Amino acid sequence: MSVHRIQAIFLRQLFLYKRSIPRLMGVLYWPVLDLVLWGFITIYLNQYRGTLPAFVSFFLGALILWDLLFRAQQGISISFLEDIWSRNLLNLFVSPISVSEYVISLMFVSLIKIILTASVSIFLAWLFYSFNIFIIGVSLLPLVLNLLLLGWAIGIFTTALILRFGSQAEVLAWGVAFLFQPVSAVFYPVSVLPYPIQVLAMWVPSSHVFEGMRTVVSGGGFPVKELTWALSLNLFYLLFATLFFFRMFKAVRVKGLLGKIGE
Amino acid sequence: MEKIVSVKNLKKAFNGFMAVDDVSFEIGKGEILGLLGPNGAGKTTIIHILLGLTIPTSGEIKIFDMELCKKRREILNYINFSSSYVSLPLSLTVRENLRIFAMLYGIKNSKDRIDGLLNDFEITDLGDKLVRKLSSGQVTRVCLAKALLNEPKLLLLDEPTASLDPDIADKTRRLLKRFRDERGLTILYTSHNMKEMEEMSDRIVFLDKGKVIAAGTPDDVVKEFKKENLEEVFIGVARGEG
Repeated sequence: MSVHRIQAIFLRQLFLYKRSIPRLMGVLYWPVLDLVLWGFITIYLNQYRGTLPAFVSFFLGALILWDLLFRAQQGISISFLEDIWSRNLLNLFVSPISVSEYVISLMFVSLIKIILTASVSIFLAWLFYSFNIFIIGVSLLPLVLNLLLLGWAIGIFTTALILRFGSQAEVLAWGVAFLFQPVSAVFYPVSVLPYPIQVLAMWVPSSHVFEGMRTVVSGGGFPVKELTWALSLNLFYLLFATLFFFRMFKAVRVKGLLGKIGE
Repeated sequence: MEKIVSVKNLKKAFNGFMAVDDVSFEIGKGEILGLLGPNGAGKTTIIHILLGLTIPTSGEIKIFDMELCKKRREILNYINFSSSYVSLPLSLTVRENLRIFAMLYGIKNSKDRIDGLLNDFEITDLGDKLVRKLSSGQVTRVCLAKALLNEPKLLLLDEPTASLDPDIADKTRRLLKRFRDERGLTILYTSHNMKEMEEMSDRIVFLDKGKVIAAGTPDDVVKEFKKENLEEVFIGVARGEG
């Protein structure tokens, strides 16, 4: 594992964003738009709260956390696509960089992107709706960490599919995280889901994260059980996604597709 | 002569189609070997195999006396590649791109080396320009500069002068020969420009449908086919005239 090679890929992404307003907008535009839209909906519904405590916290907290997961996934998949679009992938893979170094550097890129996105979202939520996500307290850190791990797992898995199936799989980079949204119970408790989907939700780490968040906001204390489930599942999925990426990389080398990606 | 590349009985099949069929050749230190053949002859597949981008079906490949399948990453430290169908990130400047590749190859104090290469390729004035603002010929020269950043012992070039005008193409060929003479750089080269192949190559390996149909110095191959020059040989092979 070489630090300078990881730094190189990280720096390449940094240079890319440094002077690209559209790319920076991509990091900030959607979170802000979501926040404005859902913020107003929350204010409207809040007039009818009565039975649902901490309504604003449920919704805006969930929204900000969901966006972290989405950005973590995109931080990996879109960074990979940038190398395909610029026909640079071959240059990278004929250098001594290993697949692990490449994936780790994309994780760092993803981390920076979500720090940027989260900072803006948290600030705007506080400014527009007086919502302070830090009311979640110390639980916020493990909740965010779990979403980051799941975002990385989905990102690596998606990237492996793009590597294998080329540009026809690019659409996954934009939409795959949304497949997880209904079953993640982002804006509602798992208990409202039909029973078969509740069973499915048990195996989705983000459903435990959002249940955990609601537990904390409702004053239920540190959600040990939910976080333990989420972390265990995340570690398993991250390992699976990484092994899948290695397998696809080898398959692509066997099929001679590395030089044809992006065509 | 010290052997840099040794390829024995190399085969690569894609879904039953033999893209490379029992190809063997060697390249000595400081030698320029031209891989020649019509489209689909297997040239690019061979280059991709030598770079470890494609895994062969069978055969033995040794580079610097190390088995490619076992020591790929170690070997990649000492080789480099450029091709007309590969580019660089367009939203980065030339210097930023070269700095990133210098880091990938673990080059310390890369600034001097980058300056030297920009000077060699007469593109010093382009250093702070975005790659997207360069002409295709200028991008090609930047890619060639990238390919020489790590001072490779073996350089694989797939149609490197395809987008260069005759003047720059000539300067590039001279430069590559200078690197060969000064540093003992070994080059494996493909091109569809037969005059370029004759001028550049110490030896050529002529491929057709994945098989070696002739090998030797350009003069030997021309004589073997009883033609006037390589271009006539090429046209004859491509049209199936033998």
